[in-house]
Amino acid sequence: MVAVKRVVDYAVKIRSGVETQNLKMSMNPFCEIAVEEALKIKEAGLAQEVVAVTIGPANCVDTLRTGLAMVADRGIHVEAARELVPLTVAKVLKRLVKVENPGLLILGKQAIDDDCNQMIAGLLGWPQGSFASKVVLEKEKQVATVDREVDGGLETLCLDLPAMITTDLRLNQPSYATLPNIMKAKSKPIKKYTPEELNVEIKYDLEVVQVTEPPKRKAGVILSSIDELIDKLKSEAHVI
Amino acid sequence: MASRLLLKNLSKRHLLCSAFASRSASTLVLAEHEGGSIKAQSLSAVVAANSISQDNSVSMLLAGSGSSLQQAAKRAATCHPSVSQVLVADSDKFEYPLAEPWAKLVQLVQQKGGYTHVIATSGSFGKNILPRAAALLDVSPVTDVVEINGAHQFVRPIYAGNALCTVRYTGSSPCMLTVRSTSFPVPPISANAKSDGAPISQVDLSTLDEDSIGKSRYIKLSSEDTERPDLGSARIVVTGGRALKSAENFKMIEKLAEKLGAAVGATRAAVDAGFVPNELQVGQTGKIVAPELYMAFGVSGAIQHLAGMKDSKVIVAVNKDADAPIFQVADYGLVGDLFEVIPELLEKLPEKK
Repeated sequence: MVAVKRVVDYAVKIRSGVETQNLKMSMNPFCEIAVEEALKIKEAGLAQEVVAVTIGPANCVDTLRTGLAMVADRGIHVEAARELVPLTVAKVLKRLVKVENPGLLILGKQAIDDDCNQMIAGLLGWPQGSFASKVVLEKEKQVATVDREVDGGLETLCLDLPAMITTDLRLNQPSYATLPNIMKAKSKPIKKYTPEELNVEIKYDLEVVQVTEPPKRKAGVILSSIDELIDKLKSEAHVI
Repeated sequence: MASRLLLKNLSKRHLLCSAFASRSASTLVLAEHEGGSIKAQSLSAVVAANSISQDNSVSMLLAGSGSSLQQAAKRAATCHPSVSQVLVADSDKFEYPLAEPWAKLVQLVQQKGGYTHVIATSGSFGKNILPRAAALLDVSPVTDVVEINGAHQFVRPIYAGNALCTVRYTGSSPCMLTVRSTSFPVPPISANAKSDGAPISQVDLSTLDEDSIGKSRYIKLSSEDTERPDLGSARIVVTGGRALKSAENFKMIEKLAEKLGAAVGATRAAVDAGFVPNELQVGQTGKIVAPELYMAFGVSGAIQHLAGMKDSKVIVAVNKDADAPIFQVADYGLVGDLFEVIPELLEKLPEKK
């Protein structure tokens, strides 16, 4: 099962007030990597079916269709008008996992505005391989060996399946959906749920007070020589 | 007229004071240790705890096994005057900082201790463990906090740091946070600060819920052995981008870093190209750094890279392209070929004291 999130395109420059009405929206880059990983696993014959999931308002279906065009056989859209807090998202995904019973849950490690995906693994009691840069599945042993990018370097863990993985940038290079696949995606089934139908209580324990622009740095200067640079660093900036 | 105004202000302040006094906090800090010492980033979490409330008792939680754990515990007891208690979980299960046992540990300790806040720094340890623990405790965590405005209001960057979002936590205890260590610098602690040290107690693990522990096993950690200072806390960072063209050329960056006593950083492009290992990556999805001096060579200045270093005190950029975005955040820029600039710098820079 792969979760995909519709976010402001990562290349868009955000100004204060963050009016998202007319901004270009696309699939979160980390989710694209998650989808690509699902594709690789399916192509290797290690998965029979891939289900893509998205949670949000009606326009999230676009993102789901992209997932369907890439690899997913079926889509699930949990409709929620308002942005849900991470805990509720995790609870929704948990319910879906209980319904669908996937052997592997893949999500992006972070989105443009949050990075709480580890919560789902906690609710499910599944082992987690977060910030994965390499995933090797072994079907007979029912384990996944995951290389994770951590502060100290590259950590390798062995996880019993079913497990949850969150993708880091170096896991793979997402490919583009081909036109025939995009056409086929239009007729792939998308099942709709509401959080209520899934028996998930919508709790709001986080409230956005305001969104502001960070303080701007003072403009710098272009220097003309290395001697000048060293001098400035010594006598003006006092850093060396 | 003036006196009435004064009285009004005084009564407001009185109300605020009493409200503050009755709202005492207790914070659990999830700390990391290595080789018998507490990691510098974990102390930032203690500093952050101080911003939550004036009346806040801070407990540090350490987990691991053996003598290096017990040694770290002793260090933790005197690492910061705000630490009033050190909790130690000693077991083979914690030999490596895996999320599954750690989350259960936090759940156990929280259920016994009833803390109002749980904090970890937002490195790979905190980001991996805290959200999982939050799920077990049925709360939404607030991650990557750069500013604390009281017990339940926090500021965090979004959109690669292009915007700052102020959020209020309105849920039940505990309020769980990961904080950016660069936003909560640790002041130098005087030697006499805490002579006795906080009491150390062992966590009773007999009731630790075993479910899901053991389903993940640590295999190994591949890391570069280096004498360079830790990237996350170095005073000076020298970073190279893809323009270095090869791992061999990157040695120039290392030489410069050596001369300055600096840590070495890299852009995502340089890591992707295989010039350096991933732990040197600075940026939105790598490490966030805020050194006194950040020098970027052959770095274009993509938003995602800037997100990781734009809070540095002084930024120097060297790039052949005068239009490179990096010059917009640099305090001092030099338009030139790094292959000429670096050797000249190596020649002319004073030896580090």
